[in-house]
Amino acid sequence: MDKYIEMIRIRFLMMLAYRTNYYTGILIYSINIGAYYFLWNAIYGEKSEIEGLSAIQMTTYVAVAWMARAFYFNNIDREMATEIKEGKVAVELIRPYSYLGMKTMQGLGEGIFRLFFFSVPGMVIVALIFPMEFSADAMTWALFAISIVLSFLINTQLNLLTGITTFFLYNNTGLIRAKRVLIDLFSGLLLPISFFPGWAQEIMGFLPFQGISYIPSMIFTNGFTGSEAVEGLMLQGAWVLILVVPTQILWVIAKKQLIIQGG
Amino acid sequence: MFYISMFFQYVAQYMKTRLEYRADLIVEIFSDLLFQAVNLIFILVVFDHTEFLNGWSRDEIIFIYGFFLVPYALFSSFFNIWDFNERYIVKGELDRILTRPIHSLFQIILERMELESLFGAMTGLAVMFYAGSRLGLDVSWSDPFLFVLFVMGGVLVYAGIFVMIACISFWADARTSIMPMMYNIGNYGRYPVDIYNKAIRFVLTWILPFAFVGVYPAAYFLGRDEWYGYSFLTPVIGLVFFGLSVFIWNEGVKRYRGAGN
Repeated sequence: MDKYIEMIRIRFLMMLAYRTNYYTGILIYSINIGAYYFLWNAIYGEKSEIEGLSAIQMTTYVAVAWMARAFYFNNIDREMATEIKEGKVAVELIRPYSYLGMKTMQGLGEGIFRLFFFSVPGMVIVALIFPMEFSADAMTWALFAISIVLSFLINTQLNLLTGITTFFLYNNTGLIRAKRVLIDLFSGLLLPISFFPGWAQEIMGFLPFQGISYIPSMIFTNGFTGSEAVEGLMLQGAWVLILVVPTQILWVIAKKQLIIQGG
Repeated sequence: MFYISMFFQYVAQYMKTRLEYRADLIVEIFSDLLFQAVNLIFILVVFDHTEFLNGWSRDEIIFIYGFFLVPYALFSSFFNIWDFNERYIVKGELDRILTRPIHSLFQIILERMELESLFGAMTGLAVMFYAGSRLGLDVSWSDPFLFVLFVMGGVLVYAGIFVMIACISFWADARTSIMPMMYNIGNYGRYPVDIYNKAIRFVLTWILPFAFVGVYPAAYFLGRDEWYGYSFLTPVIGLVFFGLSVFIWNEGVKRYRGAGN
């Protein structure tokens, strides 16, 4: 266990080394949220609510969705692809830890860093400039905290899956990019899922993506309360468990057919 | 003449290397299309819930998006310099470039071409024609010429801004992540700038003039005569920004001392 915690710590310190990256990071997120704020205000126009969300709830939703993304988002799929292509993965495989577990911990180290140095200060800045609505209820915050941890787990499993495909496809930059674009749309980051037409919502209901962004953001904005919030968490938990299966199976197959070129 | 023949020689080489890995090329074009589709879906879903965006209709917004895709595709095919700092400054590749007999910026553009992005121009045109026909827009004899002029202006605006950001590397060696931020800001020029507050509108018009790549030129074809002045400024702003960026580039190259190894 110690070595995994050490992984989180090392990755956290690595992130700390690139200072300009996080100043500009906060700026990127603030500008992004600012532009969405004006866009959504124009969309709402005179309307007081759309699909049960008021304009203020909507801007809070957008802000929280982007800030939560800083926590669950990571590039471990791209890192895995590079390590596999360069043959470095061979060395990783003989080390005394689980490769996938270690990648997850690195992602977590990155996530924790971004949560405290990025999301929290970013959120303070955004909340000072634009009107937002934060719940005072400790329960909401607790449910939200559980929810974003589950978001992280779902997103990480999907990243591991995409990373593993490098063993079979050799070059998967296109696939990695396609996955990222799909997650942005289907997870509810850009638009709450309740805004989509009924048939699209039904399809998305069968996919794991809504557990990444939609559920935590709805919990935070009080769009989901009580039993709805608990159901959302259970759905997220179920997806975490389901995704373990393909990840492990693909991983076993991948290790068997691993060919290291050179090195 | 020499520059033109250089250009075509590089294009020929590029085609050869890309066609070697066809599967990857197809996935890359597909993921480009997907990215464009996501933006379009955003507009479509939003307009399920509202009739107008500050007086602009759904089809007008789609038209602006279609227009934006054309200069954007040209820009991303030829000005793929987002990793200029790491590739050319940190790794010292610029030393090699400076020994060549053609202008350093032109050489880098040739080396970093990504012609498959040109595909986006076709989807852009398709989106524009779809929205245009729904709006019942007439095409007059001058429109194709103005379209080319405005697209060129838009490409130069984009290129100018990104070359200037790349130039920062000549003065400061700190690793900057301004580039991805600019890609985000560039997107806001697609929406009618009158929805933003005055400060943002000013920035998008005069400081980082991304509005000249989307809403301003597109407004001309949509017949929004209150914006015509801005529409016709597009090529001017493009030339000014690109000219300025080349000037700064040349000054930067003079200062460049090499990473040394």
